[in-house]
Amino acid sequence: MSKEWEPRIVAFFCNWCTYTAADLAGVSRLKYAPNVRVIRLMCSGRVDPQFILDALARGADGVLIGGCHPGDCHYVEGNYKALRRFRMLQRMLDQMGIERERVRLEWISAAEGEKVQRVINEMTEQVRALGPLNLPGKFEEWDKEMEALAARIAKEEAKRSEAEPAAEKKEA
Amino acid sequence: MAEKPKIAIYWCASCGGCEEAVVDLAEDILGVVEKVDIVFWPCAMDFKRKDVEAMADGSITATLLNGAIRSSEQEEMARLLRRKSRYMIAYGACSHMGGIPSLANQFTREHLLKFYYEDGPSVVNEQKVRPQTASRQNGHELELPEIRNVVRSLDQVVEVDYYVPGCPPTPQITKAALDALLEGNLPPKGSVLAPDVALCSECPKRDSKPTDLSFIEFKRPHLTEIDPDKCLLAQGIPCLGPGTRAGCGALCPSANMPCTGCFGPTSRVKDQGAKLLSSLCANVAPKEEEAIDKALRGIPDPVGTFYRYGLARSLLRRKVDLPLT
Repeated sequence: MSKEWEPRIVAFFCNWCTYTAADLAGVSRLKYAPNVRVIRLMCSGRVDPQFILDALARGADGVLIGGCHPGDCHYVEGNYKALRRFRMLQRMLDQMGIERERVRLEWISAAEGEKVQRVINEMTEQVRALGPLNLPGKFEEWDKEMEALAARIAKEEAKRSEAEPAAEKKEA
Repeated sequence: MAEKPKIAIYWCASCGGCEEAVVDLAEDILGVVEKVDIVFWPCAMDFKRKDVEAMADGSITATLLNGAIRSSEQEEMARLLRRKSRYMIAYGACSHMGGIPSLANQFTREHLLKFYYEDGPSVVNEQKVRPQTASRQNGHELELPEIRNVVRSLDQVVEVDYYVPGCPPTPQITKAALDALLEGNLPPKGSVLAPDVALCSECPKRDSKPTDLSFIEFKRPHLTEIDPDKCLLAQGIPCLGPGTRAGCGALCPSANMPCTGCFGPTSRVKDQGAKLLSSLCANVAPKEEEAIDKALRGIPDPVGTFYRYGLARSLLRRKVDLPLT
């Protein structure tokens, strides 16, 4: 636990452009921050906003989406769908108190290995500057307000079942 | 066979519409009353909490609890009724998903109390008096429940066996749920007692729904003349039918009002709001950022639109940067 916090970023890369670019970055031995966990999807249009929120809710500090440049989508329209969802999601994240910099959409073609390197490094530093999001920790903290009452009720129940052991047995 | 099944009905943070919905069973309620004993229903009948406390654990067949859980008293009653009931049924959207009250999860408790006791336009309260959880009056110690910082769905407080969705649940699905319960004909625990398909499947305007939707703009229903025979989505009205569970008989679209999502999502969807955002926004026509934003401005309040009935049960649950209190 004493280990220093490092940003955790989940990246959804499309099979045809950005994932291939990440492969290229790899075979070109480009070094980039090790903070990104890449998930390959067939298309940026497959990135359901639920995936992004789920990643954040389970402890990601940021989410990166990579797709083909406009006009280059293997499925013609997928990246436009990703862009439209992303524009609305940004507004929703504003309302929910999540900084826009935590979710980023980038067009990275299969030839742009260096762009993968640059974007990942940039985003890692940006998220590092923002600090941990730690939603699982927040959920736990929010629910602490129920603990005292739950404990009191449990105690009363224990006392009650001690007082009427016969009735309890009949129940069983 | 001698004893009739016992039913309890209770309300927490709700508007009273769900209680009304039970009465909306109309003549059918007579059939229900014939088959069951209502052992607790504070809104309609004279029972007290101590009556429930006196019952044996698990002796109530089912409790239908409506309303979100928002105060220490509601938590306490939910826990008590859970202990006394074989089936705990979340009745209505608030209990199911947090409902409209859970939109309060965008604000702090202090913000809300300050508005309601000090700043609201109809409030006169020069001494800024606010209810206290503990006070003394004429030599008596008085205690009031505490408002929680977070509004919760029922299943975020106690284990829930079944959900009856809707704001409020319609008489048909209420009756179907009661019948299933009385006949012991129940689906797996945790199920929502309504069809597991999207609302569009039972919408009378369904045949005019285009295969490929394309929104140039989102129109607001009160500013639009609506063609009664045409799919609302095809007319640019953000109808939430595609991401909402069926079961109501498409009441709102039949009255030319868009679905606002009160039945919650189908079982395949984890976060109704994100899914609705996904389905509506992916289909706007423009391809350039500026034009996309312009089209999307037709939905001025994304959280209020997509999470109208379910912010508490969404993946994020609450505005995440709010302080507690």
